[in-house]
Amino acid sequence: MTGPGHLPERQEALLAVRELRKYFPVRGGILNRTVGQVQAVDDVNFDVQPGEVLGIVGESGCGKSTTARLIMHLIRADAGRITFDGEPVRPDDTAALREVRRRMQMVFQDSYSSLNPRLPIEDTIMFGPRVHGVSAKAARTRARELFSLVGLDPSQFIRRYPHELSGGQRQRVNIARALALEPRLLILDEAVSALDKSVEAQVLNLLQALRRELGLTYIFISHDLNVVQYMSDRVLVMYLGKVVEIGPTTAIYNRMQHPYTSALLSAMPSMDPDQRTETPPLVGDPPNPIDPPPGCRFHTRCRFAEDMCRHTEPGLEAAAGVQADGSHLVACHMRVAGSGHSLAPD
Amino acid sequence: MTTLDSRQQATVDAAQVAVQSRGYWATVGVRIRDDKVTVACGVVLALIVLSAIFADLIALADPYKASMIKRLAPIGTDGYPLGADEMGRDMLTRLLYGGRLSLFMGISPIVIALAIGGTLGLVAGFLGGRVNMAIMRVMDVFYAFPSVLLAVAISGALGAGIGNAIVSLTLVFIPPITRVTESVTTQVRSLDYVEAARASGAGNLTIIRVHVLSNVLGPVFIYSTSLISVSIILASGLSFLGLGTEPPEPEWGLMLNTLRQSIYVNPWVAALPGAMIFFTSLTFNLLSDGLRSAMDVRL
Repeated sequence: MTGPGHLPERQEALLAVRELRKYFPVRGGILNRTVGQVQAVDDVNFDVQPGEVLGIVGESGCGKSTTARLIMHLIRADAGRITFDGEPVRPDDTAALREVRRRMQMVFQDSYSSLNPRLPIEDTIMFGPRVHGVSAKAARTRARELFSLVGLDPSQFIRRYPHELSGGQRQRVNIARALALEPRLLILDEAVSALDKSVEAQVLNLLQALRRELGLTYIFISHDLNVVQYMSDRVLVMYLGKVVEIGPTTAIYNRMQHPYTSALLSAMPSMDPDQRTETPPLVGDPPNPIDPPPGCRFHTRCRFAEDMCRHTEPGLEAAAGVQADGSHLVACHMRVAGSGHSLAPD
Repeated sequence: MTTLDSRQQATVDAAQVAVQSRGYWATVGVRIRDDKVTVACGVVLALIVLSAIFADLIALADPYKASMIKRLAPIGTDGYPLGADEMGRDMLTRLLYGGRLSLFMGISPIVIALAIGGTLGLVAGFLGGRVNMAIMRVMDVFYAFPSVLLAVAISGALGAGIGNAIVSLTLVFIPPITRVTESVTTQVRSLDYVEAARASGAGNLTIIRVHVLSNVLGPVFIYSTSLISVSIILASGLSFLGLGTEPPEPEWGLMLNTLRQSIYVNPWVAALPGAMIFFTSLTFNLLSDGLRSAMDVRL
């Protein structure tokens, strides 16, 4: 088998994810037996370099959020290795996991349900540092700094409750909460998707500024391709629990290789009337992830699917002749020289 | 540190919010104050409870002193403002003293059941999986019996007496409290703020203490308040059947039982203990309804 699963873990990567897999059991019948498995994340490999923004895009249900939760160890992976800052993360080592969780934090999509409605937001922000043994006084000072950092006036906001804030303000509080532990990596799981456009822009600008000032690394998960393009240095495209394409943002958006990426990008709304979307880029729903199609998972909706796509699963390989340094990887037979696909380059 | 446009923008947004923030409990307090029914119920209930506690100061007569002449004296008889019972004892005095036992037998099983059932429900809901399965299936067994029948059966097996009546009532109320706590906890556990707390490295106990308990306790507490009325009625029922307190102890349920034969002779006096039970449970119910709406976070 070829693919980055066997690549050496590059020393400089902040986060290295190797062969990550999570299948959710589907229970049914009167005995509550496992009748199937949702292959939410299946053999996912990628690196995140320090200081970069890796965007993750894909349809809903493709495993974006599951990947985020697996990296945070909020759910347990079935298989795979995660290396953070050069050290392998061992999910059974509680003390080590605590330390890793301090250095990577997550911002959730739903700004309301991610704040405890019974706690003043100041206490919510102080909670993380308090858990890690910071004194109440120091945590309070830190909370005030964070409020200013995310653009909320401490004197006005600290004693407020989540229901007294707007969606954008709440998401700022969530960002402040995540930053309270001084993490190096911030996972933003659809963090701006629930906000309206003007507030979204404010929060995105805040995130960009924080990244510059604090030297943060982001994993930016979104289904909004415009936002991902704006935010990310590199983009990872997922389909049904698999990585189908990964590469620098400009390469992905301008010289996309995978037919799924093309379809996804042509579905991107444009302001230009000449760029009207004439035909629906993709028809039908994604196949059932409980029983994903054999071979390439995209073949049921792919215009270029041939016999081999239905049998042989493509590995993630350097796209032929697009990015000389091999930073643009794609999982498609059509793009690999000599794969046997009729459209493959020679 | 550089100044950011977005920050300035947000500060402007903040300045526009003129309303001064109130704490959660202060908001609840204001809401209760505006709700006249709840305030009235609170006052009536406070009167009932206080008059029971200070019965020896308020009451004019000895609750055990019988009088052959005054048997079943009507309401308004001189020296007997609420009449006398079948043994000629002053009804007002006995109703005041009766409140002590009735309220005690109504409230204490709920308090004990709240401690036990609340803990079980919290554990079942937070841990889920097999632990949840084990606890909740045991509770389902208790659910198979109607609560009155269960209370009578357990009391009957243990024998009469206040202690046994409280034990049987506690056992009756553990399953419903466990079930409500479990369902609220399960709901809270899956919310993002619990995930976020876990992501910040907090252990289970810290998460339960800071994030789960405060969100579970409110609804469970309100539910338990509404059970007090049921408990008072059941406790009176047990006494009525001779399974709770024993004569000549004044207790509303028992008084109702002993006055039962006199219902045709002096219906007004005979109905008084029943009226007390009715008013107490009604006010508890209305009070819990009022608390429920006042404590709703989303309003």
